[in-house]
Amino acid sequence: MDTFVQQLINGLTVGAIYALIALGYTMVYGILRLINFAHGDIYMVGAFIGYFMAFPLGFATGPSLLGLSVVLIGSMIAAALVGMAIERFAYRPIRKYARMTTLITAIGVSLLIENLFVVWFGAAPRAFPQLLREQSYTLFGNAAISKSQILIFAVSVALMLLLQWVIFKTKVGTAMRAVSFNLNSAKLMGINTDFIISFTFALGSALAAAAGVLTAQYNPQIDPLMGIITGLKAFVAAVLGGIGNVPGAVLGGLLIGIAETFVVGYGQNVGIPTTFRDAVAFAILILVLLFRPTGLLGSTVQEKV
Amino acid sequence: MPIFVKRLLAALVIVLLLIAMNQYMSEAGLFGFGVPPYYARVIMLAGINIILAVSLNLITGFTGQFSIGHAGFMAVGAYSSAYLTVFYAQAWERSLAGVVGATLAHALIFLLAILVGAIVAALAGLIVGIPSLRLRGDYLAIVTLGFAEIIRIVILNIDKVGGATGFTVPAYTNFLWVGAFAVITIVVVYNIVHSDVGRALVSIREDELAAEAMGINTTRYKVLAFVISSALAGMAGVLFGHYTSFLSTNDFQFIRSFEIIIMIVLGGMGSLTGSVLGAVVITIMPELLRRLPGDFSRYRLVVYSALLILIMLTRPQGLLGTREFGLSWLKRARRRSEGDKPAGSGGVPIAEQGPPSAIDSEERA
Amino acid sequence: MKRILLSLGLIASLLFAFACERKGGPGAGGNSGPIVVGYYGDLTGRTSNFGQSTKNGVEMAADEINKAGGINGRQITILSEDDEGRPEKAATVVTKLIDQDRVIALLGEVASGNTLAAAPKAQAAKVPMISPSSTNPAVTQVGDYISRVCFIDPFQGDVMAKFAANTLKAKKAAIMLDFNSPYSRGLTEFFEASFKKLGGEIVDKQSYTQGDRDYKGQLTAIRSKNPDVIYVPGYYGEVGVIAKQAKQLDIKAPMLGGDGWDSTQLWDLGGDALNGDYISNHYSVDDPSPAIQKFVTDYKARYGNVPDALAALGYDAMKVLADAIKRAGTTEEPQLKDAIAATKNFAGVTGTISLDKDRNAVKPAVVLKLQDHKYTYVETIYPEGMTPPAAVPATSPAAAAPASPAAATKKPAASPAAAKVSP
Repeated sequence: MDTFVQQLINGLTVGAIYALIALGYTMVYGILRLINFAHGDIYMVGAFIGYFMAFPLGFATGPSLLGLSVVLIGSMIAAALVGMAIERFAYRPIRKYARMTTLITAIGVSLLIENLFVVWFGAAPRAFPQLLREQSYTLFGNAAISKSQILIFAVSVALMLLLQWVIFKTKVGTAMRAVSFNLNSAKLMGINTDFIISFTFALGSALAAAAGVLTAQYNPQIDPLMGIITGLKAFVAAVLGGIGNVPGAVLGGLLIGIAETFVVGYGQNVGIPTTFRDAVAFAILILVLLFRPTGLLGSTVQEKV
Repeated sequence: MPIFVKRLLAALVIVLLLIAMNQYMSEAGLFGFGVPPYYARVIMLAGINIILAVSLNLITGFTGQFSIGHAGFMAVGAYSSAYLTVFYAQAWERSLAGVVGATLAHALIFLLAILVGAIVAALAGLIVGIPSLRLRGDYLAIVTLGFAEIIRIVILNIDKVGGATGFTVPAYTNFLWVGAFAVITIVVVYNIVHSDVGRALVSIREDELAAEAMGINTTRYKVLAFVISSALAGMAGVLFGHYTSFLSTNDFQFIRSFEIIIMIVLGGMGSLTGSVLGAVVITIMPELLRRLPGDFSRYRLVVYSALLILIMLTRPQGLLGTREFGLSWLKRARRRSEGDKPAGSGGVPIAEQGPPSAIDSEERA
Repeated sequence: MKRILLSLGLIASLLFAFACERKGGPGAGGNSGPIVVGYYGDLTGRTSNFGQSTKNGVEMAADEINKAGGINGRQITILSEDDEGRPEKAATVVTKLIDQDRVIALLGEVASGNTLAAAPKAQAAKVPMISPSSTNPAVTQVGDYISRVCFIDPFQGDVMAKFAANTLKAKKAAIMLDFNSPYSRGLTEFFEASFKKLGGEIVDKQSYTQGDRDYKGQLTAIRSKNPDVIYVPGYYGEVGVIAKQAKQLDIKAPMLGGDGWDSTQLWDLGGDALNGDYISNHYSVDDPSPAIQKFVTDYKARYGNVPDALAALGYDAMKVLADAIKRAGTTEEPQLKDAIAATKNFAGVTGTISLDKDRNAVKPAVVLKLQDHKYTYVETIYPEGMTPPAAVPATSPAAAAPASPAAATKKPAASPAAAKVSP
């Protein structure tokens, strides 16, 4: 039983990270119908910004709550700016062109960020400074939860609630929903769509950066290519939940995190070798899409001619 | 001159050209002139990439179905045929050589391997094609990507084919094979595109609902396009595996699928010659960038990705758009010789068709 | 029409630039002029930290040789090419180095998969290749022009199994391997076989892949099986964090690893969680021997960090090659190949290297204990047939064949800092 609870906690931790990143994918997709392949790299950039912020500000020497909040918020702001810049210079000029073109541009941006970071900082993993005094709390029996896991849960829930509030209770959120409903009509209604798109990128990037800094507390290993696999899985999570759907992204992220962990923990008992873990996210996705072609929470759009 | 004689002559010329090129590319060279091995290798890889790009163009460029899992089909073809050539074919080849001679036996066995690779890949394409009945656009894209990753992980788990270390396979491929199959691929896809099937595919790309309303069995055509395309990709995989004579799952990661998409988008979706151009450019560019001077060569891949973005920003419809390069000349020749076909029905279905944003016709309107 | 011409022009210029660069190549065999050596490795991909480290080691060795007057008066030039960690590209760049740059020998790759893809090119062109750190046995079986200066998987897997069973008296072992890495899978295979033969039991086998963020799922599963030791034959980037997360789950069993652990980054990532773990390695940075200390100091001065095992192996590969060129007196390939194969008792940083008849390095492994940000020497394990240098330094390469993965455990009489082992 305690092993089960432990695996559940582990799965939720991974899932929360996937969910935070998936939110960015889903929001951008909802508005632009663009798979922003560079989003996983924003998560990496966020972690690196946090890393390079912690040292000069003197937070790297020891754990402090102040340091953690400054680094977290700082990297979120910086990553938001990076996201906006990418949108402005790479995506906006070709927004009116075919979807494939923007997709290739997104892949190009992703490769560019990765390769630049490899050249600048090398691919060797770096150790992110511990800003949180690591400690484990025993729940019962053998099941334990560490401080960084609590942090991940707390911050991601807070950020998701904040996002929900922004989308549904603020003016800019209303505009976001309008744009995602129909970009051209929104424009006709006097909404500054360029600003809204920019804002969406900023929001998504900030969440990804938060995920980057949070994972770095949990797993201090950061490297320029860390966003590839995590980003891909988060993207799968977004599609699983129904791309364009905000609660769907969270649900998808948590589901994939838990599924992966459970395959590792219990897969052997039901005949799935644990080495198939990386395939699990995709297998679930394919199965779900076969029965619900627009994801778990995605709405079925009636096509019209 | 009757048309079939002309075609026969053209085929003969191509075959002779290929044989001459093959000799020219080989170690011995043609009349003492040879291509240096490094260039020969890049040309071979470009040839294989042409097959991949042209085949992907059939699904993505002409049918409008978003597939980012081409590396998976390639891997299926490569590994299944390698399994055959490594574990069985040598014995077969020996016994066959006694009957038809060594050279022919060698060729026949490899032809069999290519066939097997293509069929297995086609089966994989069928399995992926079935979900495509229900999925649209980006959902299909991620499913194809997922399939490719699953295939890679499954292969990683099979120790018989080398697992993570890699699989050493006999080298069969030479330029003759690659050249011949590149030509065959282009001809096959060209003929499909310029047939009734091709028009059905393009109509699916332009507007699936309207196509369905016009009585086109969209499901059937989409699956057909998938199966043909993956069979061709599997073939490219066979040629690749038996050229590099080493297979590793690291060569079939999703970055390769991306590269193939980049080739067709760069060349211009819906343009066969564009795919060929894109494949050549994308194969050669990273190699060319090795010549960046001194310490700047560290920036090779940075420059590569920056160039990619730049090309997309300046030529969003790809280098050739939906135009075909060089075909106008052929068309004119054909029209002169036949003189009966009305323009537009046979030769030019995709060329002058509307805005470059063909794929985008959905939500944007 | 204009755009067609434009794109035509583009492609023509691409082809032109590609074709007209054809030079005679600076190197070519012979006995005069600079010696051009090719290095290929992953310099931009997922494993580029390994490729870069190795490159650093190779370049440092070449510079040292050049400063000391070169080999027989000839200077060494290292040409490096990036293969992005992809086997296809590895074969391409090796073809380029041989064909365009006319290198007389090749150094590389780290990953066995990439070496296996590239080695046939070198073999076919008859250009000697020394792999600094490809541990898969199949690598040197490609042909007689391919050799290596590192352990092979059977030996290193065996060393740790012996250490776990004999020294630590472990009965139950769990394995956590990097599933995508041939190195990790190779070590696992031989550790498992050897450990079982010694009466142990493998209670669980879990896997991860490079780039994973979380290992707690696997570790929780391992924890429920209560192993005495956990074998983690991975690379430092991951194992540091694995150790840390294991401690968070209150796993007390010591972890065992291989030379992939060796890096200063390991301590930044794992910290105190690594205390009490053991690794097998080629050498110890703390080894007081002057040659090793000089290497470590020079490397630090040049690159700003302590060398890892890959840098040391790259360094040794270059030195072994230089030694062979000196002995052959020529860079003509067949003689050079024979000279490399005849390497015997070469005093490298990573141990005394002799090549056996399969051109694999035969050298002892050291077991190090990890404690308080330091590697402490525990014991040396010699391959079968090789005796401690104190007794008889020379062994015939044929006798030292480690084709059988068995190894003989011996404690040297005067070990520098023999720590007491208590499991």
